[in-house]
Amino acid sequence: MSAVATNRPRRETAGRRLRRAALDGAAVPVMAVLGLAAFWLFPDDLGLMTRIAATALYVLSLDLVLGFGGIATLGQAAMFGTGAYAAGIAAVNLVNEPITLLAIGGVAGGLIALVTGALILHARGLTLLMLTIAVVQIVQEVANKARDWTGGSDGLSGIDPAPVLGLFRFDLYGRTSYLFALAVLIVGYLVARRIVRSPFGLACRGVKEDPLRVAALGGSPKRYLVTLYAVAGVFAGVAGALTAVTSGIVGLDSASFSWSAEALVMLVLGGTGRLYGAVIGTVAFMTIHHILASSDPFHWMLFIGLFLMAIVLFAPGGITSGIERVVHRLKRGRA
Amino acid sequence: MSTNRGRLEIAGLTAGYGQTRIIENLSLTVPAGGRLALLGRNGVGKTTTLATLVGQTTRHGGTITLDGVELGRLGSSARAAAGLGYVPQTRDVFRSLTVEENLVTGLKGRPRSALEEAYALFPRLGERRRNGGGELSGGEQQMLSVARALLGQPTVLLLDEPLEGLAPVICDLLMQALSRLSMSVILVEQQVDRALDFAEEVVMLDRGRVVHQGPAAEARADHALLERHLGVVPAG
Repeated sequence: MSAVATNRPRRETAGRRLRRAALDGAAVPVMAVLGLAAFWLFPDDLGLMTRIAATALYVLSLDLVLGFGGIATLGQAAMFGTGAYAAGIAAVNLVNEPITLLAIGGVAGGLIALVTGALILHARGLTLLMLTIAVVQIVQEVANKARDWTGGSDGLSGIDPAPVLGLFRFDLYGRTSYLFALAVLIVGYLVARRIVRSPFGLACRGVKEDPLRVAALGGSPKRYLVTLYAVAGVFAGVAGALTAVTSGIVGLDSASFSWSAEALVMLVLGGTGRLYGAVIGTVAFMTIHHILASSDPFHWMLFIGLFLMAIVLFAPGGITSGIERVVHRLKRGRA
Repeated sequence: MSTNRGRLEIAGLTAGYGQTRIIENLSLTVPAGGRLALLGRNGVGKTTTLATLVGQTTRHGGTITLDGVELGRLGSSARAAAGLGYVPQTRDVFRSLTVEENLVTGLKGRPRSALEEAYALFPRLGERRRNGGGELSGGEQQMLSVARALLGQPTVLLLDEPLEGLAPVICDLLMQALSRLSMSVILVEQQVDRALDFAEEVVMLDRGRVVHQGPAAEARADHALLERHLGVVPAG
């Protein structure tokens, strides 16, 4: 099997696994509590926080393929953009019920991932990386050319979602948008966690580690990877649809190579193969991005670069590996 | 495990890695429920034979038939689904998964409750079910690798040097567990004594070719034969 980078994983010690389990168990309650606290504490930043929640779901989808399947990709925005455009076009022309729009986005993202995954996942390494970039470029160009449907370079606007569950209207302050995005993120996280713990998820982790062994056990590594890619495509599509629903606009940058690369940066920053690393990396990157960009609009990229270099040099496993070490020390101190 | 399944016939098998041929015109038969020891000095093609059976080498000719079904053109996963279980020399446990998670990957759609079969066969795995694959000793990894293969309910089990590097007490434990199995087994093993005790039939290879085939008990008594083809004489 060849679509994966089969690097030998670090030895998974009991301590490391317990630290991960502790953080994993705490992830959802912490996300919910901090998310709601932020709602009250930063009422003027709800727009940013909504974008963070939707982006975290998108980065989570990348963690599924890269962190759990070992699929090297720079094309995850193809699924995000497809989901965003599908939901946006549906909202403008067909239906504006928000949960239906998320479903449409998820199906669209899953389908594009299924088709492209079946075509490209026989490749590996740099070839695969190039193919994923090609896919996202094609999707972006199709969106650009289909101007009548997508608005081309002007973007798709006029998305006016109905109240959530017929009850909660999307208000000007972005309260409903934020709470809706937070709820979708939490549900998405729980579903993703269930997937990676299922026999299918374990088999995918097995493929990442040793595809030949999985084949000898009766599994088809390529089928597992294509399925995982499609499942992650559903997550990315839902994230795209969520962005379309909460922002009311879809632009070409939602299906861009740079958006794929940014997701990768956020994931590496948080830590791969953990799920909560995707959320932490997104929150850290986008918050720092926001603070630096507003305080120094001309040099913020320089500081972002320095920050990333510091993380890579001093916490190679991402922010979460640092947190795991702190949890470990606290537990040892208590024992 | 039903013993009327698991008849493996290999006829004229020639295989290797790329264009390099390691085994030539190899033929042997394992009856349903039979135990065969595949012996030979280092580098004669024993591991290649097993790897060829599970589809991990280049087959240049010959047939592999399991219960009348030709496996030669099938991929590794289809051969496993057809009934071949493989425990490689390298054990290949997934180091990032726990013992239990490793076992789950071998279930082939069976319910999780089937894991109890593995824990009954190797109680040590039950005690270590929450430990990572990379944390296990060599013997425990071998137990895990065997148990994971068995959970897929193979009709033929291929064991590649399962005792390599294990303490004698662990070897005893493992061989006791293996002796309780009812499916067909091909055992590649350097510990000739144990292999001949376990098997009913023995096949000896030299430079990729069969140089002896016959009952294990007869081979055990023929010291000249063992010395000629294996360079050893079993104790006792």
